[in-house]
Amino acid sequence: MRHDRARVMLISLLLGTIFVGAWQAAVVRQPKGKGLPGPAAVAVEAWETLRHPFYDNGPNDKGIGLQLGASLGRLVVGYVAGSAVAIMLGVTLGLSPVLYRAVNPYIQVLKPVSPLAWMPLFLYTLKDSGQSAILVIFMSSLWPTLANTAFGVASIKRDYLNVAAILQLGWLRRLVTVVLPAAAPAIVAGLRISIGSAWIAIVAAEMLIGGTGIGYFVWNEWNNLQLTSVIFAILAIGLIGVLLDAGLGRLSRALAYSE
Amino acid sequence: MDFLVVDHVTKNFPAASGSGETCVFRDVAFTIAEGEFLTMVGHSGCGKSTLLNIIAGLERSTAGGVVLSGRQIAEPGMDRMVVFQNFSLMPWMTVFENIRLAVRAAFPGWSRAQVNACVQRWITTVGLGGSESKRPAALSGGMRQRVGLARAFSTEPKVLLLDEPFAQIDALTRGVIQDELMRMWTASRNTVFMVTHDVDEAILLSDRIALMTSGPGARLAELVEVKLARPRRRSELIDDPEYLRLRTHILRFLVEGSGQGGSHG
Repeated sequence: MRHDRARVMLISLLLGTIFVGAWQAAVVRQPKGKGLPGPAAVAVEAWETLRHPFYDNGPNDKGIGLQLGASLGRLVVGYVAGSAVAIMLGVTLGLSPVLYRAVNPYIQVLKPVSPLAWMPLFLYTLKDSGQSAILVIFMSSLWPTLANTAFGVASIKRDYLNVAAILQLGWLRRLVTVVLPAAAPAIVAGLRISIGSAWIAIVAAEMLIGGTGIGYFVWNEWNNLQLTSVIFAILAIGLIGVLLDAGLGRLSRALAYSE
Repeated sequence: MDFLVVDHVTKNFPAASGSGETCVFRDVAFTIAEGEFLTMVGHSGCGKSTLLNIIAGLERSTAGGVVLSGRQIAEPGMDRMVVFQNFSLMPWMTVFENIRLAVRAAFPGWSRAQVNACVQRWITTVGLGGSESKRPAALSGGMRQRVGLARAFSTEPKVLLLDEPFAQIDALTRGVIQDELMRMWTASRNTVFMVTHDVDEAILLSDRIALMTSGPGARLAELVEVKLARPRRRSELIDDPEYLRLRTHILRFLVEGSGQGGSHG
């Protein structure tokens, strides 16, 4: 096991080095200022950007920290609201097989719709791009958690519900002490998928609405032809995604149980 | 006075073929006195666990009903606690939390300190001191059923329903827990309805034993009185002629007589 781990790290590092080396080799002979930036240029850019992450020189020139902060702020609001609605609805459907089957066709139709497709409707109704972006996150957080919660609650073992029935637990206590903990692993699996798709959607949404956010940052740097910044932003988006997923992974381990 | 009345209960299930119904058991009628320990013995499929679930209120009878101290049973309730064959402990809760859930439900007026003291007392009674914060997955089958027994006894129910409580426990531990159950029951004198197919267990624990014929269409064939003085000791029972007579009688019934189905009456 331990041996394997060292081997995995070695291969991982090796692959990374090969990739970065090949990348550098590919760009080293192109004329300066033209073509794709190489890893060295991106590293320099990263260093510069990270030294001043929170500067603010007006709407089109803000530090990466502020941009990521704006995106994360939208993510949190939209995701928390979406997840809360998804879990409440999912529990309701999971506890009522009839309602579940009645509502399921609508869920199936709405689920595959890209959350960005809702954007025009939100913009038209709300007339506010910031709120519309949050609603896009709301939509993208909804479906995986809803489907997983409904499934998780519907497949709670009969025995646990029998015990709850014998103990005549009130609906709130039954929900908090039996239904939610029993379905927690399924719910968190849904939350984990949701936060991934929400983080994917926010970049695209911010490209559309402009103003602030990492998506807007990427688009703005593309307009400035600052590809080093674009590549650095891609890395930053990826790393934040990993952190978000790791956070929910930790939650998932805390709520897991074995029979 | 009759405390628990099982009044001509019949249970049909939808037939496996898809059309019509199969009768699991029909017209089962007996009463249990307050403080009595009655055990139902029968082959698998005679519906004894189904009957237990009907008394618990977890399933409905097709015909007939169950009356507990004058009131018809329609749904599950705290006055009838079940000890399940598969333990049915909440796997995300610790030993302490599992019992506390039941104690809180049974005594909503109690303070937190009262509840905790009661839970701790039952944990000690079943010999699980030190395992309070373990989850069921970390316990052996025997230890899990000790939690199940503590959970059931702690609520001081009118009736304890034991659904093959020792079937999933290894033979050596089973004897120990049977003795513990006997000790706890002697102290509390709850009314008990137990279901088992272990004849020795039935004789050791019960005041009366109900014998079911084989299903489908099972019937209550006989109620056997166990006239053995309490406290009973396994080691002494083995040589007791009354014990041997009962054991032979019940085993003979199970081997020969129970196959006669409904005709036996």
